[in-house]
Amino acid sequence: MAEIALRGVRKTYGKTEVVHGVDLDIPHGELIVILGPSGCGKSTLLRMVAGLEGITAGDISIGGQVVNRLEPRERGCAMVFQNYALYPHMTVAQNIGYSLKITGVPKAQRNEKIAKVAASLGLSEFLDRRPGQLSGGQRQRVAMGRAMIREPKVFLYDEPLSNLDARLRVAMRVEIRKLHQRLGTTTLFVTHDQVEAMSLADRIVVMNKGVVEQVGTPADVYQRPETTYVASFIGTPGLNLLPGIIDVDRGVITLRDGQRLAYDRHRWPDVGHGPVIAGFRGEAVSLAPNGLSGRFEFVEELGAAQLIHCTFAGETVIAHVHDAGHLSPGDPLSFRVDPGDLQLFDADSGRRLAGEATVRGDTRKAAPRLVRSRFDASSA
Amino acid sequence: MIERTPILDFVTHALLIFSLVALLIPLWVVFVAASHDFQTVNQVPMPLLPGGHFLENISTAWERGNFERVMLNSLIVAGGVTIGKIVTAALSAFSIVYFSYRMRMVVFWLIFITLMLPLEVRIVPTYAVAADALRPFESMLNFIGLEIDLPQWNLLNSYSGLILPLIATATGTFLYRQFFLTVPDELTEAAKMDGAGPLRFFLQVLMPLSKTNMAALATIMFVWSWNQYLWPLLVVTDQQNFATATMQLQKVVPGPSFGEPPVWNVAMAANLIVLTPPVLVTLLLQRWFVRGLIQTDK
Repeated sequence: MAEIALRGVRKTYGKTEVVHGVDLDIPHGELIVILGPSGCGKSTLLRMVAGLEGITAGDISIGGQVVNRLEPRERGCAMVFQNYALYPHMTVAQNIGYSLKITGVPKAQRNEKIAKVAASLGLSEFLDRRPGQLSGGQRQRVAMGRAMIREPKVFLYDEPLSNLDARLRVAMRVEIRKLHQRLGTTTLFVTHDQVEAMSLADRIVVMNKGVVEQVGTPADVYQRPETTYVASFIGTPGLNLLPGIIDVDRGVITLRDGQRLAYDRHRWPDVGHGPVIAGFRGEAVSLAPNGLSGRFEFVEELGAAQLIHCTFAGETVIAHVHDAGHLSPGDPLSFRVDPGDLQLFDADSGRRLAGEATVRGDTRKAAPRLVRSRFDASSA
Repeated sequence: MIERTPILDFVTHALLIFSLVALLIPLWVVFVAASHDFQTVNQVPMPLLPGGHFLENISTAWERGNFERVMLNSLIVAGGVTIGKIVTAALSAFSIVYFSYRMRMVVFWLIFITLMLPLEVRIVPTYAVAADALRPFESMLNFIGLEIDLPQWNLLNSYSGLILPLIATATGTFLYRQFFLTVPDELTEAAKMDGAGPLRFFLQVLMPLSKTNMAALATIMFVWSWNQYLWPLLVVTDQQNFATATMQLQKVVPGPSFGEPPVWNVAMAANLIVLTPPVLVTLLLQRWFVRGLIQTDK
């Protein structure tokens, strides 16, 4: 069994702290995606699990054993790197089998295993080639084979798909998912691509500036974002966020330009008068006469639907509609926001205000075990 | 990029051809002089076309200069220095680039500064050490109060005396350091994840990757140590057994004794003998490392 537990894990370089105390429990066999923009500390976190970076404070344990002071090779992790990091002077077979050679596995046995791993990745005909003679996708697979052959307790992926072209990326994503289903190995996957995270993960860990913002299933993170940061980061496009003042008596939110957005008072019985941030998905917006008025800017054609960008109450709102019709820049637009889709966030902390949303899909498939990270002072 | 600049093409080619000719003329003169007999070579002016006594002159020079022995000596010394330089350069650069310890940069700069202290500058102290290799340690021990008499270990008139003082190399260390810095960190980390220790990583990953680097360094260092003159002259008194080829050249070149005509044909033949090995090494290794450069992708 290889469950991973992180307890108050911190990392500082000199005086700058890049990971501000992360607590996380990963049960055996789960595929966790750590998602965040570049520089948020996600790769550092992964490298601390791998043993390539020292841990400044806190504990990391794998399979119940604290590994803080163990060498990378003693931790039972295998890692796939962003640039594949294959040995350029070795053939594919030598690359895959190098870790076995180091541990002194006899040659015959080694070749047998290499053949098996290569066959499962469709690399059998390339065993004698060097990495320089392979395409990006093939190199990626060699890197995966090198990780697989050790039968590790934990797989670590450090943005492995970011060097591939879009089509190949989707294909490799599916392969990684299949591999995980077949092997059932606990897997940590780091990416900045939220589509990748949504489609791969059992659970997503959203990180920002060295802090875990939210841990949850993809549906959870998408439908019930804990903070405005998560809300704007997840989804293409992210949640539309509009600051306004809530008026409890009338059941409306007065936006900056004085227009009023209706909300359902029963969902937020505890909220008092004051500033809030209203959030809603582009899908919750429909073009309708006599609604809120904004100004059309441009349209993104998606084929099946259109994304309409418009300025509204001083902010850009993106609406996801199916029949935009003909619009030219500057045209006035009238639209409605489905009150059932509305989400409210605290204006100061950016935290979600409780209130059950009646959104499409199942929102109750919450995380099995949710251990939230400590928040730093600015968002407390 | 496609460019049409006929005038520039002509000028650059003319310059290249002119430089090549300027470079080759002295060599041609050496070859011509080595191929004539004693009388012809001393004519004024000297003929500029080769004569028929080339092999004869070569064998005379070979005999007279005891080249059988001294060429072997030179090969041993140049080979030893080259291998020693590559090993120490690779190891010291490995330590500087891949390990973090106190005074790391100080060590690097100390090594780097020795570029400014070639053997010729420190030749007297180096000779003193070669004459009694353990004396520095003895004085150090005496300095801290230990009165220990270490045995005298004399490096004069030995291959180790010829090789060891020439081995330390700042150029090589620097070259290797620059190469190691270009090796991506991910490769090191991948090796760590695969369970390779530092020594294994050094031998099985870094060394194969640095083949071209090694060839370049070997070429430079072989030629350099083959051409060493001052140090062998100083450290070798037993010239019967330990003379190197460049030292021996001096014996074949005609001396300034009065009334004796200079034997230029044999001297030039000896020159050709002595310059053959470094030229061969350069040609062979150059081809090899150009091929290596084309094959490896980084």
